[in-house]
Amino acid sequence: MLKIWSMKKEQQKAENADGAGGKKKKVTAAQLRVQKDLSELSLGTTMKTEFPDPDDILNFILEIKPDEGVYHGGRFTFTFNMNQNYPHEPPKVRCQQKIYHPNIDLEGKVCLNILREDWKPVLNLNAVIVGLQFLFLEPNASDPLNQEAADDLRSSRDSFRRNVRTSMAGGSIRGTTYERVVFNNKT
Amino acid sequence: MAAISGGGGGGGTGAASRWHYLDQIRRNPGPFNEDSDVSDEALAAWDKAKVLVIGAGGLGCEILKNLALSGFKDIHVIDMDTIDISNLNRQFLFRKDDVGKFKAEVAAAFVEKRVNGVKITPHNCRIQEFDEDFYMQFQIVVCGLDSIDARRWINATLVNMVDMENQDSLKPLIDGGTEGFKGQTRVIFPTITPCIECQLDLYTPRAAVPLCTLATIPRQPEHCIEWAHIIAWDQEKPFPSLDKDDPEHITWLYQKASARAQEFGIAGVTYSLTQGVVKNIIPAIASTNAIIAASCCNEALKIATNAAPALGFEESYMMYSGDDSIYTSTFRYDKKDDCAVCGNLAKPLAVDPAWTLQELLDSFAVKPDLQLKKPSIRAEGKTLYMQFPPGIEEQTRPNLDKTLKDGLGLEPGFEIAVTDPSFPALTFQFILKFA
Repeated sequence: MLKIWSMKKEQQKAENADGAGGKKKKVTAAQLRVQKDLSELSLGTTMKTEFPDPDDILNFILEIKPDEGVYHGGRFTFTFNMNQNYPHEPPKVRCQQKIYHPNIDLEGKVCLNILREDWKPVLNLNAVIVGLQFLFLEPNASDPLNQEAADDLRSSRDSFRRNVRTSMAGGSIRGTTYERVVFNNKT
Repeated sequence: MAAISGGGGGGGTGAASRWHYLDQIRRNPGPFNEDSDVSDEALAAWDKAKVLVIGAGGLGCEILKNLALSGFKDIHVIDMDTIDISNLNRQFLFRKDDVGKFKAEVAAAFVEKRVNGVKITPHNCRIQEFDEDFYMQFQIVVCGLDSIDARRWINATLVNMVDMENQDSLKPLIDGGTEGFKGQTRVIFPTITPCIECQLDLYTPRAAVPLCTLATIPRQPEHCIEWAHIIAWDQEKPFPSLDKDDPEHITWLYQKASARAQEFGIAGVTYSLTQGVVKNIIPAIASTNAIIAASCCNEALKIATNAAPALGFEESYMMYSGDDSIYTSTFRYDKKDDCAVCGNLAKPLAVDPAWTLQELLDSFAVKPDLQLKKPSIRAEGKTLYMQFPPGIEEQTRPNLDKTLKDGLGLEPGFEIAVTDPSFPALTFQFILKFA
């Protein structure tokens, strides 16, 4: 065999660090990165995180309560799931409520470029959260996931606004019933 | 000069003639191996070398055959897959009757039968089912894989196994890979030379199509298939979970995609395209596999015998491109300091097991090489204390009063990761040592 061991020894000497004994239990790369992302999160006053299991930081719920725009007064939650390939793969994000939104379908799938085709490992959870916030402020009719809502928004902003309010109050639009997401600020 | 067909072996199986040329290399010192030991003892020791081959598919079949014909006597092979009819054009150790059987088993039996004196032990399972003790028994690991995940797993495992107390713990990893007419061979000496994780950015991510294109304006047959795969499947859930190898599931997707393609006037959705898109199949070419496998086994031979300098220390990466005449380039890849697997390896940290977590965090503030005022700290699968976001801070605050060993269950050898919002670029990793 090659004399690789003597080379390893030399490298070790140069670094002057001795490995500790015992069974190693290494923090996975994905967990490390999420830990870092979380400590840099800027949530502001409209967002909150919830960890069903605090030991599992790869899964959490983000709550957004938009304080302006069409969705003002609503409370929406998104599940965030990172797999062991994070950040080489984007987080999986889903809206837990049925929402009337041109860029979120009735299953909760979100059309946000950085969650799919434009994801890069240099992006972080903050970027995703900012993107979600933006979707609530500026629903985008040109990249629709919910075609009806997009057509609605395109043809009349007022009608779209009315339908959003109806849906948020738990009403129905064209046969689909939505979840009540308005909350009372005083309680 | 020994007769090439000497020893009387017609066809040569088992005859000394089979090893004639190999022996020229093994027994004669040359310009590159002046120092190497060509004694009979050294050759006998080599016979005992154990090699692990991961994957018994396109590359794996070639690798097993090459290693056996290079004189390796004790080979293990792992593959979880069974043989599919579509494998037969290039995975030449398999015949039609073998369809449905385990690849590792059939490949091992075939090579054992053709090359006298070689022992090949098959393992029909996933590499993740074995622990470090299993991998410790080998001297060299050769990978012929089609999965990035599996490469990352074996790479991280071999890097973690390196133990300064035990020089046998360092296992050279030879990784072959092919994609159509292109291929690569690289040699990794875990913790010494750049590892697979250091080179992860060489993999181009699969080009994703915007979800809204799939949902509203498909333009290509692939868009219709992705729509069936991502959107229609989720809405209708025809089966509890998608099994990409189940023809019934693929047929369902194919029919959905065809209907959608018709709706939008798109031609070209076929069953095999559906299978290709869903499973992300890239055509495999037998000659590329043969070239890359040969190069991998050459490296294994060089490492085992010292016959010539192996890839690894200077240049570690050989790329081959066969789609525009034939081109190879061998180059040096640099180790990444911040590699998640082999960079920034955890430093030992002596702690008192009776300390509370709060006491440990306080010690970080005064430790001259840390000076962290708001540290967040985690162990593998365990959030000890996070300063932020507020929800998790509240949930983990009770941990602050618990002791490290009895209260939190930390043991020597556990790694902890420390971050601080004041230093967003830094992550500190430590291995706990009990003082």
